Amino acid sequence: MYPSRFRYEAPSTVAEAVAMLAAADGEAKILAGGQSLIPMMKLRFAAPAMIVDINGIGGLDYHRSDPDGTYRIGALCRHADLEKSAALADAQPTIAAAAPVVADPLVRTRGTLVGSVCHADPQGDWASVMVSLEGAIVAQGPNGRRSIQVADLIDGPFQTVLAPDEIAVEAVIPAARGARAGGYLKLERRVGDFATVGVAVSVEMSGGSVARAGIGLTAVGPATINASDAAAALVGTALDSDAVDAAAQLAAEAAQPRSDHRGSADYKRHVVATFVRRIGAQIQRSEQEAA
Amino acid sequence: MALDEIKIGGLGASRRRVEDNRFIRGKGNYIDDIALPWMLHMEILRSPLAHARIRSIDVSAAWAIPGVRMVLTGDMLAARNLAWMPTLSYDTQAVLATDKVRFQGQEVACVVADDPYIAKDGCEAIVVDYEPLPPIVNPSQAKAPGAPLIRDDKTGQDSNVVFDWEVGDREGTDRAFAQADVVSTIDMHYPRSHPSPIEACGSIADFNRATSKLTVYMTTQAPHIIRAAVALVAELPEHMIRIVSPDLGGGFGNKVPVYPGYVVSILASILLECPVKWIEDKSGNLISTGFGRDIYLKGEMALRNDGRILGVRMHTDSDHGAFFSDAQPSKFKIGLMHSAFSCYDVPAAHLTAQGVYTNKAPGGVAYRCSFRVTEAMYFQERMVQAAAADLGMDQAEFRRINLVRDDDFPHRTPWGFLTDSGQYGKCLDLGLEAIGYEDFLRQKEEARQRGRLLGIGISTMTEPLGAGNSREYDILGIKMFDSAELKVHMTGKALLRTGAKTQGQGHETTWAQIVAHELGIPAEDVLVEEGDTDTAPFGMGTYASRSTPVAGAAVAMVSRKIRAKARKIAAHLLEVSEEDVEWELGRFSVRGAPDRGVTIQECAIAAYSNMPDGMEPGLENNAYYDPPNLTWPFACYIATVEVDPETGVWDVLRVVAVDDCGVRINPMIVEGQIMGGLTEAYAMANMQFITFDEDGNCIGSNYMDYLLPTAWETPGFELHEVVTPCPHHPIGAKGIGECATVGGPAAFVNAVIDAIGDTGVRNIDMPLLPDRVHEAITQGHDVSGAPPVRTEP
Amino acid sequence: MSTLFEEVRPSDGGAGDAVPVRRVELTVNGERRAADVEPRLLLAHLLRNGFRLTGTHTGCDTTNCGACTVLYDGVPVKSCTMFAVQADGHEVLTVEGLATASELHPIQEGFKDEHGLQCGFCTPGMMLAAKALLEEKPNPSEDEIRWALSGNLCRCTGYQNIVKAVMWAAEKLGANVESDGADDAGDDAGGEG
Ligand SMILES: Cc1cc2nc3c(=O)[nH]c(=O)nc-3n(C[C@H](O)[C@H](O)[C@H](O)COP(=O)(O)OP(=O)(O)OC[C@H]3O[C@@H](n4cnc5c(N)ncnc54)[C@H](O)[C@@H]3O)c2cc1C
Ligand code: FES
Ligand code: FES
Repeated sequence: MYPSRFRYEAPSTVAEAVAMLAAADGEAKILAGGQSLIPMMKLRFAAPAMIVDINGIGGLDYHRSDPDGTYRIGALCRHADLEKSAALADAQPTIAAAAPVVADPLVRTRGTLVGSVCHADPQGDWASVMVSLEGAIVAQGPNGRRSIQVADLIDGPFQTVLAPDEIAVEAVIPAARGARAGGYLKLERRVGDFATVGVAVSVEMSGGSVARAGIGLTAVGPATINASDAAAALVGTALDSDAVDAAAQLAAEAAQPRSDHRGSADYKRHVVATFVRRIGAQIQRSEQEAA
Repeated sequence: MALDEIKIGGLGASRRRVEDNRFIRGKGNYIDDIALPWMLHMEILRSPLAHARIRSIDVSAAWAIPGVRMVLTGDMLAARNLAWMPTLSYDTQAVLATDKVRFQGQEVACVVADDPYIAKDGCEAIVVDYEPLPPIVNPSQAKAPGAPLIRDDKTGQDSNVVFDWEVGDREGTDRAFAQADVVSTIDMHYPRSHPSPIEACGSIADFNRATSKLTVYMTTQAPHIIRAAVALVAELPEHMIRIVSPDLGGGFGNKVPVYPGYVVSILASILLECPVKWIEDKSGNLISTGFGRDIYLKGEMALRNDGRILGVRMHTDSDHGAFFSDAQPSKFKIGLMHSAFSCYDVPAAHLTAQGVYTNKAPGGVAYRCSFRVTEAMYFQERMVQAAAADLGMDQAEFRRINLVRDDDFPHRTPWGFLTDSGQYGKCLDLGLEAIGYEDFLRQKEEARQRGRLLGIGISTMTEPLGAGNSREYDILGIKMFDSAELKVHMTGKALLRTGAKTQGQGHETTWAQIVAHELGIPAEDVLVEEGDTDTAPFGMGTYASRSTPVAGAAVAMVSRKIRAKARKIAAHLLEVSEEDVEWELGRFSVRGAPDRGVTIQECAIAAYSNMPDGMEPGLENNAYYDPPNLTWPFACYIATVEVDPETGVWDVLRVVAVDDCGVRINPMIVEGQIMGGLTEAYAMANMQFITFDEDGNCIGSNYMDYLLPTAWETPGFELHEVVTPCPHHPIGAKGIGECATVGGPAAFVNAVIDAIGDTGVRNIDMPLLPDRVHEAITQGHDVSGAPPVRTEP
Repeated sequence: MSTLFEEVRPSDGGAGDAVPVRRVELTVNGERRAADVEPRLLLAHLLRNGFRLTGTHTGCDTTNCGACTVLYDGVPVKSCTMFAVQADGHEVLTVEGLATASELHPIQEGFKDEHGLQCGFCTPGMMLAAKALLEEKPNPSEDEIRWALSGNLCRCTGYQNIVKAVMWAAEKLGANVESDGADDAGDDAGGEG
């Protein structure tokens, strides 16, 4: 309940923040929503020597669509901003489905999507969603900006390829090659529980068939899983139940769950497959309703 | 002319709570809200290992931190003969470990500092060198030949067995089984759980060297017992100890025992001569303080083909952790486990019980429960469902056949308890009607045709609440009675104090209602105080639903003593003889001349200004109440559920509760108690448990893993009542605080088992996690045992 | 605050004196407050121990219970999971700021009238989460209430009466709006209030 001592900086621009990080020699941590970092500091699982609080940096709290359909989510866009956005259900159905099931309503008023992706918790929901959308993180460091696919960003439990002096300034989702559809299903035992299993499925439908598909898996491996083979099984199909079944099977195979007090590995695999099927059926249903 | 009892907030009024006035303003006075001048702060260093020898402890770095005022270790305590303390079950418990640590989270050292952040820094700076020992995490490991001895500190303890105990009629039960047409069996585990009030424990010890007085503010449900314990442990004179239990953020049994943090804060205050505050964090609370349950239950039931129960055999294997510190009456080793089947007409029963030490936290508290009745009733109602299934009988009908009938009271249970009142059949019928039993069975069948799994679970039970009587109930030899003291002031306002201690049950509201009922003094004119041993009369505190049955009865009795004196004063004022004085609520009048009268308030003034010759002035008294029997509330809980066959997730459709707790003092508060209890029942059945991996690491030591349900999952509750007054309680009330937690879990579990009835599965142990339900459905076998922390397949 | 003297404990000297503190200035319950704090101080502790606003409780160490909920610029947050320095220049509302000197907030009245609390430990957090909800949705459904309060744990009440309390408050607030605050929606069924 009582964090260790640290130095505190509250920069007002990204450049300033980057400079502070660079000067801190890898001893600093960025504070965004603080909903993962502060709990760890309270338990003293984390004890950074310096905190760079980015909450005072203006202009990072957006989520919006570029004219070309590219979707951008700023580093200070909170989970609740996404949950409460009416426009999101059409623009980004997978994100809209995930937002209400991340953490609890109070954590959601602070926590950020970008922070969650950077935290790289295998049980975090957002990284799977981003992976299913082929999303990327834009990071700014002393040498400027670079874009990193979320699937490449995460290289282990709680590990990313970000340099200690890089800040993720936004998450970017490329424009769709068709009509977006998708869903996120999470098995949790109560609100605020981390996922026992979470599955994100995103597809882009064009001319009645799947032009692009992505499947991300939460909590069933040492890191977020990009079930790319499973997604590939959907591409070119009309999302018929055979195709979805095949994808479900492949997704279950891609999962690397551990048995623990939340469930056995077999069970978790089974839930992965079930959720892929359920999201597939949901999309099917809404496609039919729309038609 | 007569007062309207409801208007003055008497018996039966859903009076709004007095205590709320401060709570809704954020002006409660919980332990952490108290700040004394020059107060220091203490934090505890806990063991990361479940079982290890302590080679050395290096505290020098902690001492070096600016702001650290004292570092305490087991050796320092041992030098003062304080390294061990007695438990509530005639065992000893380490205060700070000296030789070994015996569970993960055990207290190893304490740091006292200017603020808690620095105290935590100090704990982090302590270096302990441990030599790991093999841990024991369940009874079968504990009993295995060659198992490491956990309690090597105790002379004469050559195994990990704490006790072997039996109760009941062994031969009679054997005879019953010999006559059985069918023998039904069940084999279950009731998982380790934690009462987990939202507020954890804490204390502020304030020793004044000049006066030799020790004041301890602490989170305790039983301040007087603590005073006695502190006197014994710290060897201080009892009259120089004042225990104050402030507002408690819930208790549920967790705040009954004495914990090391309390003891060390007291010692630190004595040594440092300033107040020392210890506020436990939630992880510390969950990992080290009084747990509930953790018991294996094996049962056999002898049945006749017509559905009559002939006899029951029970065996329990209980896991007490490293120290036997169950809070329970000293006569009974496994609490009131042998109250099972008290609502049924069971001719013969026998229970054997064995308890063991393991490398887990001690505690065995009565978690919202009257000393293991929760386990007993779960045992009973799960067994009953299995028996009905084995006989191919409807579960409601099987209960109806075996429930004790209204005209059979008083009824002697096979264990020797005397149940004295109830309308069991009526409660069951009311519950079935409310849920629409027949309709639901039809719906269930229809749903089944379409591949959907609906289920209904019933739980009917009576439980013994309100320990004592003092013949049978004592804790460490202190008899279980309770007390009340009433002072009626000159203006007719009153101050009432009892030996109980409210933790959210609303004593400040309901005790005043009893006074209003007995004396006609409006409830709002009665101030209720509890929890300060310098002012409250001696009592045994609040747990086991004993407040209303015992302290509440004392309130009625002391009010009657006051009324008896007031009657004399009234006779004097009215100038008639006492026999000619009649009582109606709040007023004495002259027999035959009802217009001539005096109010209780007028009597109060007279008690200080115009008393009869020879009468002691004042209108004050006290009462110590030793109940003739326990109280026996009855309840029928019914839940309906739908199980998702694909994932094993189950949802509650409806919950109906019929409670008969006798006369309801404040119906609003009674209903609040029932809903709170049902929520904990739901939590037990669905998500709440503590388990351990093979290394003895505690899973469930924070709210990330130890799950309490939120408003979102918690179902709605439909409440109904039946009132059968308690024949021996002065106002006819019975205990209610725990019934729903005790009886509720079986209703949920029975419902899920009913939903998957086609599989032939008889048992899934709590909590009914989706993967366990799914395993039962797909594999068609029982899923029993402690919730597994499975290793890699 | 008196400037005549400030109580301090005799220092051990050394590193303790070098601990950096920062000045924070914030508005708490409408009042400007300032304090010098160590960056590691949690907002909940500044409110409780610094400003003696002890109605903000702490019931866990993992950001689960919500007993510490306050409104931060009108948004409900868990004050145990923010540093006090982060409140610099912001507005905080705690339970102590709900009532005026003469009047309870309808949410407070609702909790009392519907028996929405037992031990009272979760209550301040519940009420503030409820306030944020009612500001966003003046007429919430039962599900919306249960959803909005699902970051707050209560061990005593079973939530049903908490839901009713929020509905009670919604009604009263609605009635106040309609009749410009001249209404008395509370009907105390059980004797005196
Ligand atoms: C009770 C509770 C329940 C929760 N349940 C869930 C859940 O079900 N699912 C889920 O996904 N999450 C859950 N979370 C976590 C929550 O979603 C966090 O908000 C999220 O994981 C981290 O986002 P944040 O903005 O709070 O990051 P912070 O806590 O501020 O930071 C997390 C980490 O990311 C780094 N970081 C943050 N922002 C950046 C950036 N812009 N650039 C580089 N590095 C950065 C930080 O340095 C830190 O190491 C829960 C949290 C709590 C307290
Ligand atoms: S104290 Fe529990 S969430 Fe803040
Ligand atoms: S009233 Fe006790 S925790 Fe909610």
